[in-house]
Amino acid sequence: MRLTINGVEVELDVDPDMPLLWALRDYAGILGPKFGCGIGACGACTVIINGEAVRSCQTLVGTVTTPVLTIDGLVKDDVLHPVQQAWLDGQVAQCGYCQSGQIMSAVALLAQKPKPTDQEIDEAMGGNLCRCGTYPKIRAAIHSASETMGA
Amino acid sequence: MGLVLKIARRTFLLGITAVAGGVAFGYYEYQKPVHKPLLDDLAEGETTFNPYVKINTDGVITVIAPRAEMGQGVMTTLAALVAEELEVGMDQISVVHGPASGAYYNSAAMAGGAPFPDFEHGTQQDSLRAVMGAFGKIVSLQMTGGSSSTVDAFDKMRNAGAAAREVLKLAASQKWDLKPEKLIVEGAIITNPVTGEALSYGELAMAASKLLPPETIVLKDKSKWKILGKSQPRLDMRDKVTGAPVFGSDVKLPDMVYGTVKMSPRLGAKLVSFDAKAAQAIAGVIKVVEIDCQFGNGLGVIAKDTWTAFKAASLLEVVWGDAPYPADSAKISTVLDDALKAGGGTSLRTIGDVDKQFADAPQDNIVEASYSVPFLAHATMEPMNATAQLKDGKLEIWSPNQVPTISRYIGAAVAGLAQDDVTVHTTLMGGGFGRRCESDFTAYAALMAVAAEGKPVKVIWTREEDITHDMYRAAAVAKFVALTGDDGVPVALDATIAMPSTMRSVISRILPWMGSMPLGPDKAITDGAFNQPYDIANMRFRGIEVDLKVPVGFWRSVGNSHNGFFHESFMDEIAVAGKTDPVALRLKLMADQPTALKVIQRVAAMSDWGTNVPNRAKGFAFTLAFGAWVAQVIEVENTPKGIKITKVWCAADVGIALDPDNIKAQIMSGVIYGLSAAMTQEITFSDGMVEQSNFTDFDAMRMWQVPEFEIEILENGEAMSGVGEIGTPGAAPALANAIFALTGKRIRNLPLSKEVGFI
Repeated sequence: MRLTINGVEVELDVDPDMPLLWALRDYAGILGPKFGCGIGACGACTVIINGEAVRSCQTLVGTVTTPVLTIDGLVKDDVLHPVQQAWLDGQVAQCGYCQSGQIMSAVALLAQKPKPTDQEIDEAMGGNLCRCGTYPKIRAAIHSASETMGA
Repeated sequence: MGLVLKIARRTFLLGITAVAGGVAFGYYEYQKPVHKPLLDDLAEGETTFNPYVKINTDGVITVIAPRAEMGQGVMTTLAALVAEELEVGMDQISVVHGPASGAYYNSAAMAGGAPFPDFEHGTQQDSLRAVMGAFGKIVSLQMTGGSSSTVDAFDKMRNAGAAAREVLKLAASQKWDLKPEKLIVEGAIITNPVTGEALSYGELAMAASKLLPPETIVLKDKSKWKILGKSQPRLDMRDKVTGAPVFGSDVKLPDMVYGTVKMSPRLGAKLVSFDAKAAQAIAGVIKVVEIDCQFGNGLGVIAKDTWTAFKAASLLEVVWGDAPYPADSAKISTVLDDALKAGGGTSLRTIGDVDKQFADAPQDNIVEASYSVPFLAHATMEPMNATAQLKDGKLEIWSPNQVPTISRYIGAAVAGLAQDDVTVHTTLMGGGFGRRCESDFTAYAALMAVAAEGKPVKVIWTREEDITHDMYRAAAVAKFVALTGDDGVPVALDATIAMPSTMRSVISRILPWMGSMPLGPDKAITDGAFNQPYDIANMRFRGIEVDLKVPVGFWRSVGNSHNGFFHESFMDEIAVAGKTDPVALRLKLMADQPTALKVIQRVAAMSDWGTNVPNRAKGFAFTLAFGAWVAQVIEVENTPKGIKITKVWCAADVGIALDPDNIKAQIMSGVIYGLSAAMTQEITFSDGMVEQSNFTDFDAMRMWQVPEFEIEILENGEAMSGVGEIGTPGAAPALANAIFALTGKRIRNLPLSKEVGFI
């Protein structure tokens, strides 16, 4: 099947029932989205499809008809996306395993709500688990990215 | 004045050697005529040269940070130790983990296992600490754990950087015929102040490689530090915000196949029989492999991709044997309670005469409470995994692990190879928290590689397999009794804690023959209770080892994780019973401990202790763990939807703060980890199997639950402490004490969610 991943069209010979996560990781060589739970409970596998943050472990690859954006496609010409830059400036990550999912959820949130309130951040990010407890830094980085993107 | 360190020739030799492309600086270790009864062939690396810094002729400077990065920022801080003395910027170096090697042993982690309080530094205490450190060397324990990495590396890595700097200066001084101390050294460039000529480290590397390092190294005084003591951007941050494939589960190799495991859900039970027909019928399944080793029994599936392996594993039909422990949580609790009631045990610290004090004490002055904590999973974000390839008699392992030398030993043992034929690559870890001190995931990958016909196999566990096959934080029960004077201040404290031994469980998996040997009292049972710096005239802390064969292991802060809760909940109960303010009580009981007083007074001021916003209340806890003196205040609010944790204040004395922002991040992380457990987490058993299986029933704090944080770092303590685990022990008691202050409900059994609801 044909998929557009990060602007590149790829041909994948996989079972359409395979979760998008595993098609990306094991077949397309896209390792940014991480496997955390397999049931959509942790958000480590988050990618963006049609502007929405979706859990790629719960999305069957055969149902994907529109372009997929993963964290691997956020850097343009070696320049970080403003959300990534805010994460870097705020020194958010610890182990880092959940952060590609956190960042994709934040990118989707800011595209929809450029000036999110704390409550909107809670709602949008509540499905993204972090075991290192970086949440306060994630919240600060989202506000900071919101400012640079709005400037 | 700078600290002058004479390098003891009998243990280390500062070394320098030419390597491909440049020169390496580090240590040779003296060949020790030590009998190695435990792990004979683990200590082979001892005479090898172990570099901490390499400088190539092209100017590339590489620092070897032999501790594993699992989120704690150790890679950056260890590199900073070298960079500070080498006089290079953090942006001028790259950092690698380096190989599994016995000479990167961690003596600080072992010394921390000595059964003495951190604040006691007598001859006997220090000599046993030295013996324990030597044990680390004998077993070549290259370990990242026990909050020990920076303590262990503080001198070693600064010395390596300083030795390199001095030899490079010597090379330049010979070239220009100028005394080394006349030279200007900055940013990896040495400048001749007379002629203005400049030579880079790269240009000097080859000349330097032919020189001997000086015998005496003068390390910079703290006041001269340019990098240490200041917050550094983490070197791994860019990779982690771009989703770079840095984790074990991201390993990708030519011809790689994929796998997963389905291990006995009754931990330690045998596989009786299985039917793999349905699993093998799935297209893309390559092989079903039996796994039988000291870590567990079960099956591995090798397939063309991970999803196929998962699907096939779910179709395996297996009959499992019985668990070697009581089948359900109620029965397990009975075993623990009975052991506590039976009494006995070993006291690691006895002061005065507790029995005599209680013998004719007035009932009104006795405070008594029983507590319990459940088994806990680590639930790292990255599920357990490892990749292995057995080709031409050589086993190569890519493993996100905290113990490279043990991983190599285990890999060799299960695959039937010599250790020389096993290479371990330690990847970054998606969380560790002690879980990756184990070698089960490494062993299973090695065993599956044996069956994979030369191909590399990446073995990833499902989250369900991860939660149900942990080496759990052990469940524990405790009884605390105190006798107070009429002023409410305790004059006697008798604490008894019963639980399985963590050390015995861990050791029996690494060295099964040691599992049933007498190992002496396990410090982890009473750690965080017996060694708190409270001055009470009569004290006893008895630990009872309960024979319970549920696999248990190191969980962030280990013994402190349960004893922090027991001890500091009980101190709060004493304060309430004696009508004393909890903070005032601590100040009284630690009047002779200036470092403790300062963190307590600081956090009281930060949190405006004694004043409460309506509908809110605060709880306090003090813990001394891993050498860090930590005082926490947690504020909670009663809301219609449940209790909300609104704010955490923490003052922590770490002795020397190498990277303040990273230390604050670690404390925040440790507190959230502890709060997550205290609020809702527990592992329970039914039919011998763990009942929880994913983040639906073993969840952790979420964005909407996380409080505000205010953290301050103090540096009054005599010695540098660890930082990765120090936020955890005080989190549960400070929260429970806050809930008591808010609701009047004293919760003595974790998790708290059994009795109160949280937002």
